Amino acid sequence: MSKHRELGLTDDEFELIQKKMRRDPNDVELAMFSLLWSEHCAYKHSKKLLANLPTEGPRVVMGPGENAGAVDIGSGYSIAFKVESHNHPSAVEPFQGAATGVGGILRDVIALGARPIAILDSLRFGELDTERTRYLVDGVVGGIGHYGNSMGIPTVGGEIYFEPPYEQNCLVNAMCVGIARTDEMVRAAATGPGNKVVLFGAKTGRDGIGGASVLASAELEEGDASKRPTVQIGDPFEESKVLECCQELLASDLLVSLQDLGAAGLTSSAGEMASAGGTGIDIDVGLVPLREADMEPFEIMVSESQERMLAVVEPSLVDEVLAICTKWQTDSAVIGEVTDSGDFRILRNGETVGEIPVDHLVDGCPLYDLSPEEPAEWIYGNRVTLREGADASEITLSLLSAASIASKRWAYEQYDTLVGSRTVHRAGAADAAVLNIPESDRAIAISIDGNGRRVACSPHTGTIEATLECAANLACVGAEPLGVTNCLNFGNPEKPTVAWQLSQSVAGLAEACNGLGLPVVGGNVSLYNETPSGPIYPTPVIGMVGELPDIEHCAGQPWQDGDWVALVGPFNPSLAGSELEKARGMLGNGLPDIEIEPVRAAIELVRDGVRSGKLRTVSDVSDGGIVTQLSEMALGSGIGCDVSLDPVIVQHNCSPEDALFGEGPGGFIVAGDRQSIELLGGQGVQIELLGRVTGNEIRIAAGDSLVDILVAEARAAFESLPRRIEA
Amino acid sequence: MNWGVLQFPGSCDERDALHACELADQSSGGQSRLVWHEETDLSGLDGIIVPGGFSYGDYLRAGAIARFAPAMTAVADFANAGGPVLGICNGFQVLCESGLLPGALLTNEEMRFICRQGDLIVTEAESPFLSELEPGETISIPIKHQSGRYFAPPEMLERIEANNQVAFRYGEGHNVNGSLNDIAGVTNEAGNVLGLMPHPEHAVDAFTGSTDGLKLFRGPAGINA
Repeated sequence: MSKHRELGLTDDEFELIQKKMRRDPNDVELAMFSLLWSEHCAYKHSKKLLANLPTEGPRVVMGPGENAGAVDIGSGYSIAFKVESHNHPSAVEPFQGAATGVGGILRDVIALGARPIAILDSLRFGELDTERTRYLVDGVVGGIGHYGNSMGIPTVGGEIYFEPPYEQNCLVNAMCVGIARTDEMVRAAATGPGNKVVLFGAKTGRDGIGGASVLASAELEEGDASKRPTVQIGDPFEESKVLECCQELLASDLLVSLQDLGAAGLTSSAGEMASAGGTGIDIDVGLVPLREADMEPFEIMVSESQERMLAVVEPSLVDEVLAICTKWQTDSAVIGEVTDSGDFRILRNGETVGEIPVDHLVDGCPLYDLSPEEPAEWIYGNRVTLREGADASEITLSLLSAASIASKRWAYEQYDTLVGSRTVHRAGAADAAVLNIPESDRAIAISIDGNGRRVACSPHTGTIEATLECAANLACVGAEPLGVTNCLNFGNPEKPTVAWQLSQSVAGLAEACNGLGLPVVGGNVSLYNETPSGPIYPTPVIGMVGELPDIEHCAGQPWQDGDWVALVGPFNPSLAGSELEKARGMLGNGLPDIEIEPVRAAIELVRDGVRSGKLRTVSDVSDGGIVTQLSEMALGSGIGCDVSLDPVIVQHNCSPEDALFGEGPGGFIVAGDRQSIELLGGQGVQIELLGRVTGNEIRIAAGDSLVDILVAEARAAFESLPRRIEA
Repeated sequence: MNWGVLQFPGSCDERDALHACELADQSSGGQSRLVWHEETDLSGLDGIIVPGGFSYGDYLRAGAIARFAPAMTAVADFANAGGPVLGICNGFQVLCESGLLPGALLTNEEMRFICRQGDLIVTEAESPFLSELEPGETISIPIKHQSGRYFAPPEMLERIEANNQVAFRYGEGHNVNGSLNDIAGVTNEAGNVLGLMPHPEHAVDAFTGSTDGLKLFRGPAGINA
């Protein structure tokens, strides 16, 4: 096979490179092109779609194109955040794949000049009944904990879903949130010809060669264990030193710009810095501190060794920069210079070994139109896991023990959720994580969400739902959303069905963000999540950051004996795409249409209720419907409930089963004294009193159906994950 | 009270510990600060905290490298002169490695990192850090570590029990790591050095659900005053 194909470039792309270069690229140049023109770096199948997303807003400090997005939270501070995938590395080597996924997203936020203050994770695996899934879950959770805990950054939230289409191709999306003084934030642009380029952090080795192209931009296949050498090894201790070093360099105002080294290593970082600065750049690989002395120039340029940063520094400040690196016991070296040539020149000990115009390399990759085609039928198959004829109580216990719904305590207790002294709501305690931000006398809330199964049923509606779900989660702690980040995990975009899923999903994201008035400030696209058995569920993972005025009013309290329970919002339950339909093996295409405006009104009502202190106990209805939500709230306090869903049946003219287990956006369960709940009304948002908090049973009537289980039974089902993972 | 909080490469909870010192000491106007691991001059400091984290990545054995830091020599002198020294989590491991406290911390029984709120029972031990706590009192403090299983050889264990050097035990159902005799923290013979695996510095703000940790930080000031 010809070399360019081995490196993942098509014949047409190779010809285009020859045409632009007016000659054949040499090995160094070809290796560099193959990475920066990979899907992972060039977004060649998604860039045109992403142009439709709203990106502007009064609070946006940094938007797409920077290392991470950032929003203003007042008093001179900004919150930087981004979510990124590390799917294929984790599928090949779960512990290191997940660990370096966390390490990579932390560096994106560090590169902006921010100090990371929180990590969240969105994980997708196959069903727990296979050994492979249990191996992946154990490795991925262990890897996330290893990196985040060792760095001293709390992991404050996340979500895990278990669905068959992720069995071979698990998803590991990590989100990092950081805080920075707005006037100290740095951009990743190499400016000022004559300025020096300093590489610091870990030494460069042969790990992760070709990770972005060979591993991240192709489908997974049999025998991918042989790709383990393309997975990097994480060293959180090194990163912890690099973090403190960056903080000191920035506080001392010594840097012109800063960039992390991630996918495609030096090639990508230096190339993108030069592109952003409209300059050229010279890099001498002979000056790069190496782990192995005999590395070839192309290896040094594409190595994805972790824990490295690239800075542009004025010549007179170089000594001071190197001294601070030495203080933090991390390697550093001047490896090049910013030029006005517009070329990315690679030298080895002064001799040129490659030279590419920056704009060809960074922006020259052709962008492709998709050829979307809606599939005629459900392409993902079905499995029956629920006994036919099961009554409402049995269904409830079955749903509470469903891996995607059951408590994830096993996972989050392996994460340090507290370090940094900001965590107000710990993992599992509320719908969204809440972090105290005394710097600007307020708090922030963070949520991450994306139910791939529902997106598979309807990519457009499912993506709107995921975005609304994040906003609803924030409302439950009294927070107003400020900005969105996202990670679009899809199959092979060259296939018409996946192309349709992707374009529908991005359109849904744009519609939801426009509807909520929210800017998308950054994101990541992960394509080719596909194996010979088919694509994953289309999985847009939405990350949202919001603010709340004070931590005194952020709800999250368990309900109390005697409280009234009510349903708030335009929630119109439907079994389409639900957990129950999955368990019955009846999944198919289509979800009910959504009107965003009434959901938005309900979200605002709940947010105001929490902020005013009227609402102390509130949670939004999501997977498994009202019954699951009520059960989880009962488990949170240890007290049961006695409620009737007949008002829901009457309101929406739906079946008892729809009311009990139906899903959809726009529903909140609130609990409290009757007057406070009734006072919430009057803004055109529906409020239905359902019953009271009482006793040790969960009793939920709906028409002629009745759920009647002990809180203790519900707990046994809900806490069943550890023994199944460790089976 | 002027606290010095050590900072090694890889420390994680040093700012949290400093925050706890400042909160505990709001009225006296003490000047607490971080102490870089290469510093050897501790003059002006009234108490030392060896904080949690993963010093030097804990790649060899938790605390095994940090004990050789220049600052630790100064801490040993400070401790031997009777100065109050508190080791939290990784700091406890460092103090055991350096011989300032008896015993060792092994990997948790379940081989995993565990983060959970835990009950600690205060014992009869004598230490400035316990002066604001009553024997038998239960306090709620977060536990978060991977290597917190307290171990000592039988004779040593017998000796520290006989000497009342056990400062805290895990409450029933809260010994998450398999520590011998439910030991969560110990003191040296003199009582001025105390190490514990749980994190009192993460129980100082009401919003975290417990402020029990403040009592440890207030203890030495109460004694001095």
